Amino acid sequence: MLAYTIYLSFAGALMLAFLPRAWNAGARFFALAIALAGLILALLGFIAGSGQSTVAVADLAWVPSMGIHYTLAADGISRVLVLLTGLAAVAGVLFSWNIGTKDGDRANEFFAFFLALIGGVYGVFLSVDLFLLFVFYEIAIVPKYFLIAIWGSTRREYGAMKLALYSFAGSAMVLIGLLAAYAVAGSHTMNLHELAQYPFPVSFQMWAFPLVFTGFAILAGMWPFHTWAPTGHVAAPTAASMLLAGVVMKLGAYGCLRVAMALFPHGLDPWGVSFLGIDSWRTVFALFAVIGIIYGAAVALVQNDFKFVIGYSSVSHMGLVLLGLLTLTQIGIDGAVLQMFSHGILAGLLFATVGRIVYERTHTRDLAQLSRLQLGKAMPFAAWLFVIAGMASMGLPGFSGFVAEVQVLVGAWQAFPWFAVVAGVGIVVGVAYTWRAMQRAFFSEAWAHDPSAPIPEYEPITWAEKAGVFLLAGTSLLIGLYPRLLLDAITPAVQALPHALLTGGHQ
Amino acid sequence: MIMQAATVNYGNLFNITLPETILEVVSLVVLVVDLGWLRKSAQATRMGVACMLGVLGCVGALFWLLVHPTAVSVDGDALVATPLVAAAQVGILLLSALVFLLSIKTEFSRNPGEFTAIVLLATTGMLLVTAARDLLVIFVALELLSLSLYVLTAFAKRSAQSAESALKYYLFGGMSAALMLFGFSYLYGLTGTTNLTLMAPALSGGTVPLAIVALVLVAAGLGFKVAAVPFHLWAPDTYQGAPAPVTALIASGSKVASFALLVAVSDGVIAPFYSANGNSWIVLLLTMAIGSIVLGNLAALAQTSVRRLLAYSAIAHAGYMLLGIAAHTPQSGAAVLYYALTYALTTVGAFGVIGIVERSTGSDRMDAFAGLSRRNPLLAGTMLIFLLSLAGIPPLVGFWAKFNLFSAVLRSASAGNWGLALVAAALGASAISLYYYLQVLKRIYVLKPTQDEPLHVSSIELATLLLIALAVVALGLLPGMLSAWIPLG
Repeated sequence: MLAYTIYLSFAGALMLAFLPRAWNAGARFFALAIALAGLILALLGFIAGSGQSTVAVADLAWVPSMGIHYTLAADGISRVLVLLTGLAAVAGVLFSWNIGTKDGDRANEFFAFFLALIGGVYGVFLSVDLFLLFVFYEIAIVPKYFLIAIWGSTRREYGAMKLALYSFAGSAMVLIGLLAAYAVAGSHTMNLHELAQYPFPVSFQMWAFPLVFTGFAILAGMWPFHTWAPTGHVAAPTAASMLLAGVVMKLGAYGCLRVAMALFPHGLDPWGVSFLGIDSWRTVFALFAVIGIIYGAAVALVQNDFKFVIGYSSVSHMGLVLLGLLTLTQIGIDGAVLQMFSHGILAGLLFATVGRIVYERTHTRDLAQLSRLQLGKAMPFAAWLFVIAGMASMGLPGFSGFVAEVQVLVGAWQAFPWFAVVAGVGIVVGVAYTWRAMQRAFFSEAWAHDPSAPIPEYEPITWAEKAGVFLLAGTSLLIGLYPRLLLDAITPAVQALPHALLTGGHQ
Repeated sequence: MIMQAATVNYGNLFNITLPETILEVVSLVVLVVDLGWLRKSAQATRMGVACMLGVLGCVGALFWLLVHPTAVSVDGDALVATPLVAAAQVGILLLSALVFLLSIKTEFSRNPGEFTAIVLLATTGMLLVTAARDLLVIFVALELLSLSLYVLTAFAKRSAQSAESALKYYLFGGMSAALMLFGFSYLYGLTGTTNLTLMAPALSGGTVPLAIVALVLVAAGLGFKVAAVPFHLWAPDTYQGAPAPVTALIASGSKVASFALLVAVSDGVIAPFYSANGNSWIVLLLTMAIGSIVLGNLAALAQTSVRRLLAYSAIAHAGYMLLGIAAHTPQSGAAVLYYALTYALTTVGAFGVIGIVERSTGSDRMDAFAGLSRRNPLLAGTMLIFLLSLAGIPPLVGFWAKFNLFSAVLRSASAGNWGLALVAAALGASAISLYYYLQVLKRIYVLKPTQDEPLHVSSIELATLLLIALAVVALGLLPGMLSAWIPLG
């Protein structure tokens, strides 16, 4: 059932690409139907798979002479992320509802690239064959470029090219490690589970792990390779920012866990020498993750562009995901996967508020200008929405972010106590930048010098925007109140990870 | 010492060379038809008839190759027929047929008969180069190919650029042919035979300094044919100046034939030579490979002409393939051929699109492609597929070719030390290559068109391009389709 999420998205993309241009206005309805069908399939697959460890989805010999198979399967982690992709896809279409209302929007092409990207993302989360995973991973790169370069805003061609080149450089690093692993293991299988059984020499793992991990982590926005993320997010049209932060950055983190860490667990072992307390690749990357948390939050604190605030906050939140993975503890990895889901939903909501609801009406994202517009009164819906999304994002109990961040911090406390403290400080800075942005954009007193100024009138909030908001905010609230919905799927899947991975916390 | 003289099997020879014979006969027929009967007809009719006859010739030869059981060949034959050779020949014939289909509507030549006849002669040369295992036959076949291509490059008689590029191509080509012949003479002097297979045992005897000189000279000749650094200087000018279909032919069929020859030479000469002489020859090949990869990809970044951009990218692709030649295992030989064939197919398509855009806008500069997706979405879509395949994006065939080639290089025993480093360099460079392919695609999809009216493409050209694009996608989705001829993995 889950496999049809992939086929449906690609089929939809193909049909939209060949649709005559006169059907511009119908494209969004078609895309919404496809995205909804994908979400329903993802949900059904999620429910049907509960209680099982891994659900086999498809298995066909693809290139038998090279040991490459078309193998799809879903364990708990995959099912959670597929569900996230379905939600992000539907929300993305809903928040792109203004595309296709004017001539020259090229709505067919927009939604074709959109669905192609979604199809690739579904594919990555479901692939068990390493080669297949890589194919889907690369398929997701090209549509991103066009989505940003054609329909984007601020410095769109620069942002799009930077993002494409970073992604492609990362995937080249992954491909080197992947080819080397394939050759070392005897060139007869690409199945992730079979390769994970193969005893790669420790010296091999010691260079393959950092290479592949970095390759994937570039897409996860790991400091110091994060610079594509803020520029890309800011340049992208709303739906593309939502997908970038919501699911594409998750591809990177997912690859780090599924490929780099699962195949080369001994790459995380200590080197035997210690330099300033850094004694393994694990500490190196955990340090990068913590720097990312603090750095992203600190930079978000001084941005004047509303969208840059959210862009840098994504870097910070993805740092938490990477830190959680590197704790190598059950609770830390649980938290990291939950944080992927939670951040996917919340980043989508924040980008939708800033990029679609506010920017499309005020045509500015500059916090200084926004502060003069009395948005708190002119757009109460947007103001309250940002309050809720911001609170959820800073980790208020009752929302999904809280459960995830607590788990990551507990795991980090067991593995790297000092890093946990620093990450905690990062979360506090997160509160600060969210409050600052909220205050300046919506509740500023700057207009008070001229109390007679009229409250500007803006277009009312459309049904599509409301539907998208309720979908995302409702999901975050639901998971925050009852996290076991997801954790029951994630925990067994984390327990099933290679044994060597989960021993790290008990050293 | 020429041992095959006593045992020539003329029946077998006739069988093996029948495709070439068919092409020769058709090339004469074309001349008679065009210059005899159609002399007074309209230019468009003459071009159409001549090109369709050319297609028929290629298809006839193809048909013979496909239905005919593999001819027997023995060690010492000047021409061989093995599955790999057959695969290369089938590919070359298909590529030439595609070039004819894309030439039908072109207007660069007022002599369609001669054009078609010379393309057929070049194709004959390619087929012979692929099958040849004797130094003399190799040289004669290469010269047939090269001389035909020099003439074709100059075929746009009203274009000064065409003449200039042909002259450059000819001067470089003549020089490298002379060097190669000189190298061949040393090889003959050292081993007493002109046959590659018989030469191998004589070369594996021990270290001979003169043999290294000979191989360097041969490398110069073959390096020119595949446009590898430092013998690449002709490529950008020729790619830019020649008529579009001719550039397609130079970039496709000629490349396939040259790489098939390189695989044969590496089987017959390099492998035994390697065991006797250490890695001097490998170092030479690797230097050429890495030089081509680096220079090709970096120089392409700075181009504003799409033809020159593809010329530099061709240099880079030749570099990737030379890595496979240097690995010299049976798998890597097959992988090089797979790469060359699929690369050639994609390039023919790309030059087809360039030719069409050039006819409409009068320029091959990147800006001439601005807004192509709005002027003709189908044409733009095919170019998207071709360029992404060249960049190695899955699921298109270019990705499989790269994957197959690099995994063959990594598995080669002789590649133990350098394999990983060079594959890493090649993959890093191909990440750079995405930048310049995206520069073209940006013009096509992102920028606004300078001319608003739709760009009309004749149905035959569009059908050909769609067919090629479909093949690139289908081969990418089902890469095992060619495995009857070229085994993957």
